Amino acid sequence: MTDAPLIPEEETPKAQHPFMEAWGMFRRNHAAVVALAVLLVICFVAIFGPWLYPTDPFEMVWAPFSPPGENGFLLGTDYLGRDLLAMIINGAKVSLLIGLAAALVSIFIGVTIGALAGFYRGLVEEILMRITEFFQVLPTLLFSMVIVALFGASLPMITLAIGIVSWTAVARITRSEFLRIRELEYVMAARASGVQNARLMFGVILPNALPPIIVQSALMVGSAILFEAGLSFLGLTDPNVVSWGQIIGSNRQYILDASYTVTIPGLAIFVTVLAISLVGDGLNDALNPKLRSR
Amino acid sequence: MNILRILVTRVFYAAVLLTAVLVLNFSLMHLAPGDVADTISQSMGGADQELLDQIRADYGLDQHFVVQLGRYIGNVLTFDLGFSFFYNQPVTQLILERLPATLLLVISAQLVALIVGVVLGVISAQKPNGIASHFVTFLALFGYSAPVFWTGILLLIAFSLQIQWFPVAGMRDVTIEGGFWVKAVDVAQHLVLPMITLASVFFALYSRLARAAMMEVLGSDYVRTAKAKGLRERTVVYKHALKNALSPVITLAGLQFSAVISGAVLVEAVFSWPGLGTLAFQSIIARDTPTILGILFFSALVVIVGNLLTDLALRLVDPRVGGKK
Amino acid sequence: MALLEVENLRIELTTRDGVAPVIDDLSFSLEAGETLSFVGESGCGKSMTALAIMGLLPDKIGRVARGAIRFDGEDLTKASNARLRDIRGNDISMIFQEPMTSLNPVFTIGEQIAEVLREHQGLSRKAAWDQAIELLDAVRIPNAKGRVGDYPFQMSGGQRQRAMIAIALACRPKILIADEPTTALDVTVQAQIFDLLRDLRRQTGTSIIMITHDMGAVAEMAERMIVMYAGRQAEIGPVEQIIDHARHPYTQGLISCVPHIQKELTEDRPELVEVPGIVPSLRDFGQDRCLFASRCKHLTQQCLDKRPPHREFPGGQIADCWHAEAL
Repeated sequence: MTDAPLIPEEETPKAQHPFMEAWGMFRRNHAAVVALAVLLVICFVAIFGPWLYPTDPFEMVWAPFSPPGENGFLLGTDYLGRDLLAMIINGAKVSLLIGLAAALVSIFIGVTIGALAGFYRGLVEEILMRITEFFQVLPTLLFSMVIVALFGASLPMITLAIGIVSWTAVARITRSEFLRIRELEYVMAARASGVQNARLMFGVILPNALPPIIVQSALMVGSAILFEAGLSFLGLTDPNVVSWGQIIGSNRQYILDASYTVTIPGLAIFVTVLAISLVGDGLNDALNPKLRSR
Repeated sequence: MNILRILVTRVFYAAVLLTAVLVLNFSLMHLAPGDVADTISQSMGGADQELLDQIRADYGLDQHFVVQLGRYIGNVLTFDLGFSFFYNQPVTQLILERLPATLLLVISAQLVALIVGVVLGVISAQKPNGIASHFVTFLALFGYSAPVFWTGILLLIAFSLQIQWFPVAGMRDVTIEGGFWVKAVDVAQHLVLPMITLASVFFALYSRLARAAMMEVLGSDYVRTAKAKGLRERTVVYKHALKNALSPVITLAGLQFSAVISGAVLVEAVFSWPGLGTLAFQSIIARDTPTILGILFFSALVVIVGNLLTDLALRLVDPRVGGKK
Repeated sequence: MALLEVENLRIELTTRDGVAPVIDDLSFSLEAGETLSFVGESGCGKSMTALAIMGLLPDKIGRVARGAIRFDGEDLTKASNARLRDIRGNDISMIFQEPMTSLNPVFTIGEQIAEVLREHQGLSRKAAWDQAIELLDAVRIPNAKGRVGDYPFQMSGGQRQRAMIAIALACRPKILIADEPTTALDVTVQAQIFDLLRDLRRQTGTSIIMITHDMGAVAEMAERMIVMYAGRQAEIGPVEQIIDHARHPYTQGLISCVPHIQKELTEDRPELVEVPGIVPSLRDFGQDRCLFASRCKHLTQQCLDKRPPHREFPGGQIADCWHAEAL
């Protein structure tokens, strides 16, 4: 109400290194800290798991559908008698790798297009934003299915297919940040002192536009993992590697006999993506203190 | 007059977008290894070079890219999207047979997500620390993080296999005889689980936005005015506040059409729903390129029409859209 | 019996720093047909008083802790929500500071007026709509019949405030509370709105509570005035008498800020000054001392030790100052 502004603001804390300050903000979000720990564990498993648990995920090690915990298999065996734990561990690498790489591709495309559109305005912006709209009209999963179907289901192609269809949100955010920042005084000053356009874009404006882009990027990794899971669930993936979505896809006819072959890998995807999105929330708190009202 | 002009420009823009989709389609087809001649020869069990050339000449594949593109677009204008050698049917016919099932799934899921999302959002906005509010937060996390096909399988296990409330797969039970309503009830029963699965991704999105919009609106000056007029709480919330909070939600829903169709592909696969998604999946496995590209074209068409309808809905809710008199 | 009697009203607001009395021991009355003006800097509790009378204090944040608000003898602080709803917009109406945001953007002006009439007077849709046109005409919106279907975004700020007045007066209320009705408007439009309010009061006999920080408006509009400072009444009395001889140093400061309202311009009067200093912070509101002390040039030890009592003077003038007699 009208009386509220009377309450004096809290004293501003001492200036800190920006990174420490961000970490301090991040730490206040307890869910994000837990999620970060979970995510680190998942990364550890993805990197070192295959050494620590060297069972071949493709090898038939027991009779099919050995329930979890029995016969020495913690998570049981699937419809071909393969060790589900080994599959999950090896799948982690593929899911995380494709998630990260595809997110990088889409961030690269999105930032480039958004930056050009926001920086040059006018015709360039018009054309680039129409292209963005065009990509928003195509259902992303169908589009990437088409790409994978036409050009083959190798891991690089899957990564590219996911990246190519999911950059529009990044482009929009980058553009609006550029539109805002390009009018600020220090950009004007840099422009007036004859800094070249490319330096201006990527050396001056981009670093200041990063916070929302970083937050969006975290979310992109999560949705890219979901995306890959969807494609491999449909069987549109490299048959020579294991991935979480693929385990679900290949076992789903047998849910009546062995529902754990579907629920467990799904849980792995769910926990990973959840952890990433909570970390994204924490990043948002840490990097956008202005938005962190209440 | 004004509405008409807006409509004309929107339709023109839609036509440009669709043409762009066609160009993309055709370029993809051109870039991909293998062509129609290869497909035909495969289905005949192999052919020599002379026959391949003959087929290519018959189909005009030896002509310049631009000529072929022009012919392709011309064909689409007459609703000819090519011929599926796998299904042995014209692609247009194939798609039109499957389109209603997908539309039913997509539209019902969108509506359910919107209605449940808005109701949850409104309730939780009135009590920011109540149960509904926590439920919205939980749903939002689940909806974003759970793979939709996994959600579908979990629901399938719980409600079709364990307690058998709903049928496991498909869209209708062919053994059921009866009039229109009997069949409609049958389809509705089949629809429940796929619809909820698909909606689960989106009602979190809508309820979160509806909650934020409602909270902002409930603190606005005009809601205070409405209270000062002595209106009932119900009128204040559901008439004055809600109509204002709806516009951002409707805008978001319009942007989600292409995501909903993507989700529908996976949901259809889980529940064997006989729509475009299942068709897309099958034709990709069969490397049936004309059908795949036809589906991409039609789904873009659905998204564009969805966006147009969203625009009209927005105009109904908010008089400011479309500018001053 | 006065139309509205406020007695020892105390309103508490829950803030991050604890509970603060934003209105502390306020008493006044309003007669039928009278215009009473609330004056003071922003944050002194003027709007809170208005919201309390309407029963619209912010949920869970503000509450009436003590005292009574009697309307026609009925204590509104004890009235049920349903009863308050009956009174709001019907017997007591309010217009707000921001005409740009106080009207609902997605409903027509006509609907927003007609709605009150349907709610409180049970009019049919058609009758309410026709009456809305008449009301728009009464608040001097040209071509009322043509404008009744307009949305707020199609109107200027002055027209919107006229529409707000039409809504507030739709049910011929006994009291109209106007919370800084012209602050957001152009100067020429301000004068028109004041003219309108004066004429409407003459026609309808509605009592008006005018909240403002504009002493000029007070002198033009009101018979009596209440000067508020930091949630407390500083001075109450007839407008002319107070302008002539204010007995609270804060009132004196306010008046000297606006030279033209003093009658004898030629007489020697203090230099044009602004009141130095700022309003104390909310957390200091409850203290047992004169809250104006830190800004006062008549400050003595007594002012810091004890809150000054309401001191009465002839003609119904009341001043809360230890030095009121001397001033």
